[in-house]
Amino acid sequence: MRNLVKHFPLTQGVLFKRQIGAVKAVDGVSFDLYQGETLGIVGESGCGKSTVAKLLMTLETATAGEVFYKGEDITRLSGRALKAVRRNIQMVFQDPYTSLNPRMTVGDIIGEPFDIHPEVAPKGDRRRRVQELLDVVGLNPEYINRYPHQFSGGQRQRIGIARGLALNPEIIICDEPVSALDVSVQAQVVNLMEKLQDEFDLSYVFIAHDLSIVRHISDRVGVMYLGRFVEIGTDEQIYDHPTHPYTQALLSAVPVPDPEARDGRERIILAGDVPSPANPPSGCRFRTRCWKAQARCAEEVPLLAVPTRFAASASPAAHESACHFAEEKDVVHA
Amino acid sequence: MTTVEKKSEGRVPAPRPEGEDGGPLLEVRDLHVEFHTRDGVAKAVNGVSYSVGAGETLAVLGESGSGKSVTAQAIMGILDMPPGRIPRGEVLFRGRDMLKMSAEERRRIRGRKIAMIFQDALSSLNPVLSVGYQLGEMFRVHEGLSRKEARAKAIELMDRVRIPAAKERVGDYPHQFSGGMRQRIMIAMALALEPDLIIADEPTTALDVTVQAQVMDLLAELQREFNMGLILITHDLGVVADVADKIAVMYAGRIVETAPVRELYGSPAHPYTRGLLDSIPRLDRKGQELYAIKGLPPNLLKVPTGCPFNPRCPQAQDICRTDIPVLHDVAPGRGSACHFWKETIGD
Repeated sequence: MRNLVKHFPLTQGVLFKRQIGAVKAVDGVSFDLYQGETLGIVGESGCGKSTVAKLLMTLETATAGEVFYKGEDITRLSGRALKAVRRNIQMVFQDPYTSLNPRMTVGDIIGEPFDIHPEVAPKGDRRRRVQELLDVVGLNPEYINRYPHQFSGGQRQRIGIARGLALNPEIIICDEPVSALDVSVQAQVVNLMEKLQDEFDLSYVFIAHDLSIVRHISDRVGVMYLGRFVEIGTDEQIYDHPTHPYTQALLSAVPVPDPEARDGRERIILAGDVPSPANPPSGCRFRTRCWKAQARCAEEVPLLAVPTRFAASASPAAHESACHFAEEKDVVHA
Repeated sequence: MTTVEKKSEGRVPAPRPEGEDGGPLLEVRDLHVEFHTRDGVAKAVNGVSYSVGAGETLAVLGESGSGKSVTAQAIMGILDMPPGRIPRGEVLFRGRDMLKMSAEERRRIRGRKIAMIFQDALSSLNPVLSVGYQLGEMFRVHEGLSRKEARAKAIELMDRVRIPAAKERVGDYPHQFSGGMRQRIMIAMALALEPDLIIADEPTTALDVTVQAQVMDLLAELQREFNMGLILITHDLGVVADVADKIAVMYAGRIVETAPVRELYGSPAHPYTRGLLDSIPRLDRKGQELYAIKGLPPNLLKVPTGCPFNPRCPQAQDICRTDIPVLHDVAPGRGSACHFWKETIGD
């Protein structure tokens, strides 16, 4: 750990080739992730957030663009070098029921990464390591010989997290890690993830559709729509001072668990559905559902940058937003 | 396109013929449901009572395995029996016990008087029949309309739930619609025969938030228009706060707390409700560490003795491990199944 700040500038233009055309699942996404930080990525289904996760994991090959990890472009790596990088970037999946092999014991599941990277734990030491990991995620180390079906959803997610931690990674990519869990168990897992982050100085990329959880856990948040980031900033900038109309609509649609707020809160109800990523609208992709859209939005793609009107100000509204008509609007507080 | 919406307070139900005794539209009394499995008897519902009036929204809140969906299935009469069994209880619709009705009588109520909306629209719709056919089927079966008339009715319904270009899309199949549109079709189907009561089981759980807002709005608007009763089954405390008039919180097959929506959120009278409210992160502020209810929901085959919540409860005393608390009257229209409700509400 020599560099205190790590930089992962990331630009991609991804086209999944299909015979009938191309689905632009992720189309020109850039962001940085620093050590010990949590970057939240929110967006609706089909916006490309899970594809971003797969690209970061190099599970999917980028059509264009780079992913830098400590200054090295991992999209061009292969063989041993790629294997070494992958050790440091691990993933926790959404569904704790299908992401664990039902025929393997918990010990085998958590220990499997050691088969691929034997340098992390020598053979004789593995059982002890696995028990340590079980303990770290709050499971009884004696459960090492049990099978996944003997555990509840929350416990299974802990097993998934233990597997993610096995190789002492620096980055963990979490794709909807708590959305399959009950409310009371969700809080346990979120707290565990925060504790582990402090303990091991982990960086998280936290992908979720639940905006409240993302606010809770993230230092910075990026909002995606149809394969692009529309707005990115600190949690306070995004939630309390959103400037992109899509972010505003998204936030206003989240029901707040407070019946006193239901009469006072303004609600932006978007018309229609998300357009197909195979044939996205020209210019700004959100314009077909946007109430501010003008002729310019169809012609000119808005860039993700600090809007010029806020550029000089020190206000929290001065963060990157891809809208020609960016305007601050608080939709969360009544 | 931008709708600034303020919900009207305390919808006044229009006068409408109620049950024979002038009581609520639907009343569930001391309902018990159990499932006989290889490993023993799972008591999924243990003496649940609630009621809903015309124009009223009752939210049934609970986590998986709390019995909220099983209760709804028992009301609808779509429970698989066996393995399910209803040893005790009454389901009064306009004062008449549906559990005592013949299958034929129940069928006449189901769909026409009480309709249900399920969570997963894709698996609830038949993939090999067009949407128009499935909507029209309601009218052909229940009202004996011709194919042509039924088709016209289907288009009308699709218009009513605001599916764009209903006329062109009536022949489309479920997979050709998006998730939100499919849920609208489910709502259209439930509304087809203008029922008095709709039971919606997690109607928006599979949907994105912006679509969820559209669908919940549509449901609330149609409910107002037809003065329907609505039982909303959900685990989402946000949705409940937005639409419900009153709430029943379920845990391990029992109602642990019941209250009007504001009172429940303002001063919960059961430690489980309090724990749930404290464990959700908030959109409007950045919190500290989340409060987490310790432990796991109980296995229905071996529910703890005494209060089923006692192993997870921070306030549990000896009495909680031995005596099952009854639903105490906390205030008019409020109940809490906690021995220490006074202390809980006072905190």
